[in-house]
Amino acid sequence: MVTKIVNQRQPTLGGHRRNKSKVKIDHLWMPAAALLFCILPLVYDNHHFQHVLILVFMYALLGQAWSLAGGYAGMISFGHIAFFGFGAYTSTLLFLDTGLSPWLGLFAGGLISAMFAVLIGYPLSKLRGHYFAIATIALQQVVQILFSNWSLVGGANGLSLPLKSGWGYFQFSSKLPYYYIILGLYALSVLVTYWMIRTKPGFYFRAIANDEDSAKRLGVHIARYKSLALGVSAFFAALAGTFYAQYVLYIDPASILNINMSTIIVLVATLGGAVYLFGPLVGALILIPISEYARAWLGGTGRGVDLMIYGLLIIIIVIYQPNGVMGWLQRLRNFRRRPGPTGLSIQAQQGKP
Amino acid sequence: MENQLLQMVVDGLLMGSIYALIAVGMTLIWGVMNIINFAHGAFLMLAMFLTFWADKLWGIDPLVSLPLVALIMFFVGWGTYSTTVRKVLTGPILAQLLVTFGIAIFLVNLAVFLWSPDYQQLRGTLISGTWRFPLFVVSEAKVVAALASVVVFAGTYWWLKKTRLGRAVQATSISKEAAALMGINTERVFGITFGVALALLGVAGSLLCNFYYVFPSVGDMFGLLAFAIVALGGFGSVPGSFLGGLMIGLAEHLGGLYLGPQYKYAVIFIIYLGVVSIRPKGLFGW
Repeated sequence: MVTKIVNQRQPTLGGHRRNKSKVKIDHLWMPAAALLFCILPLVYDNHHFQHVLILVFMYALLGQAWSLAGGYAGMISFGHIAFFGFGAYTSTLLFLDTGLSPWLGLFAGGLISAMFAVLIGYPLSKLRGHYFAIATIALQQVVQILFSNWSLVGGANGLSLPLKSGWGYFQFSSKLPYYYIILGLYALSVLVTYWMIRTKPGFYFRAIANDEDSAKRLGVHIARYKSLALGVSAFFAALAGTFYAQYVLYIDPASILNINMSTIIVLVATLGGAVYLFGPLVGALILIPISEYARAWLGGTGRGVDLMIYGLLIIIIVIYQPNGVMGWLQRLRNFRRRPGPTGLSIQAQQGKP
Repeated sequence: MENQLLQMVVDGLLMGSIYALIAVGMTLIWGVMNIINFAHGAFLMLAMFLTFWADKLWGIDPLVSLPLVALIMFFVGWGTYSTTVRKVLTGPILAQLLVTFGIAIFLVNLAVFLWSPDYQQLRGTLISGTWRFPLFVVSEAKVVAALASVVVFAGTYWWLKKTRLGRAVQATSISKEAAALMGINTERVFGITFGVALALLGVAGSLLCNFYYVFPSVGDMFGLLAFAIVALGGFGSVPGSFLGGLMIGLAEHLGGLYLGPQYKYAVIFIIYLGVVSIRPKGLFGW
């Protein structure tokens, strides 16, 4: 009884109006940030800076793709680089063999990658937690080994794209078009994620992540929804793959199918907060500039100092913010705005006779 | 004449038991703390470098420095547990994975920084010859390592089943809360488990130094194989990981023989994927 009264009284303590104005500000930061990211490379016109920004959004896209499966559906995958690789290889091979525009290759790669993900999603859907994570590592290894030895896809030598500048070829001499393309692809992934987590599949994903057995008993088709999560996730990872191939113009298994890059995707999503819409972007904004600038400043020694610092940073961030930076920001905001659930329950307890 | 198939089977079983020795520590950590240790390969590398420098700087043979390396690794393990792993034990599963991943990056690059990325090998150790049999040849170092692996497995099994501390470890792995209520200091058990796991890894590293190159990323592939072995054998099952190790060793060598050496690891991981898609928790896991 008392709990109820306290709960009802809470908004009338002037909290209601204050909340309303806060909501407005909450929604304003999004277009502001979008505008900032649109004009940032124009304001600070530096090649290396633009390159870092492009990498930030590429990893944000990969992290966003990863978080659909790894964050919302709880399928921790260390094999997402395989999907990235499928995208890169599909568009590149299609262009080299048939002359198909990489723009179409972009979506062809996405679809092939998604189909593959659904295909392996069914047998892998039985695995949980650590077992799933290890299976995805095995998968990544198999894909890397096969691609390294398959002469049709260039084997260990990889493939390089001929230099042809222009929109039709998805190649540009300036970094700006690349930047706006990756920004657009990232925005697309955010919109799709936003839509998915608000519709039935998204609720099913979270139900599976929270308690798979209960979800199953409530009638969620586990294999189907796990495959769906993996499929959509693989689609967006493949878009990033095609983008990478067009940006660097050279792909080989050692550099685009390796386990370390796969783990960076997981790191980006997790450090930012895998179940927050903008978590992967925040993670990429922190991690990628650190690693890029540390490499530029310290990597020249060739003795791994930059990576040592990187490893230490990961340990420190994960120990102190296990739920990611977004989780921490959320807690800060909740703490400031209103007494959280703990505050209420304390009041309720005090009110009890 | 040497028989190729027999030679590969013998080599496969020998290497398999060494893989199993590397994996048993990971099984312990996984079974007791429910953490998969991404830094396992990096710790193996550390043990190998300790052995390597003991021989290079002071001329201590790997066989002699083995107990010392195991002891050092025990404290490295306990220290790692109490400074980092302990803090994420109750956190999300991803935090646990990433902490060990961060440790791995740090250790591998520390090794690059201190000892350069070059490949190095010990020569003229106590056991470095080969034994010739009518149908096959074996390297002494591998036989010694495989025998040691069997002894270590038997010892670990005995430790878990028969000693007071081993039973405390088992109890903690079943239920941390219930074990704590029975008066077991679970914090201490976790620290000791991590230490013992790395001590076993130290034994593996010392033995491996007799016939394998040492370089900072030497542990990468061993670590990945250990994942497959542990998951194949099943959740925290010590006999399971021994069997898993033998299977992986055989698959590696026979796959290399019939499909070409470049595909040997692909064979391992495909077999592993096949097994877990039928038995999701591994051969011995429930």
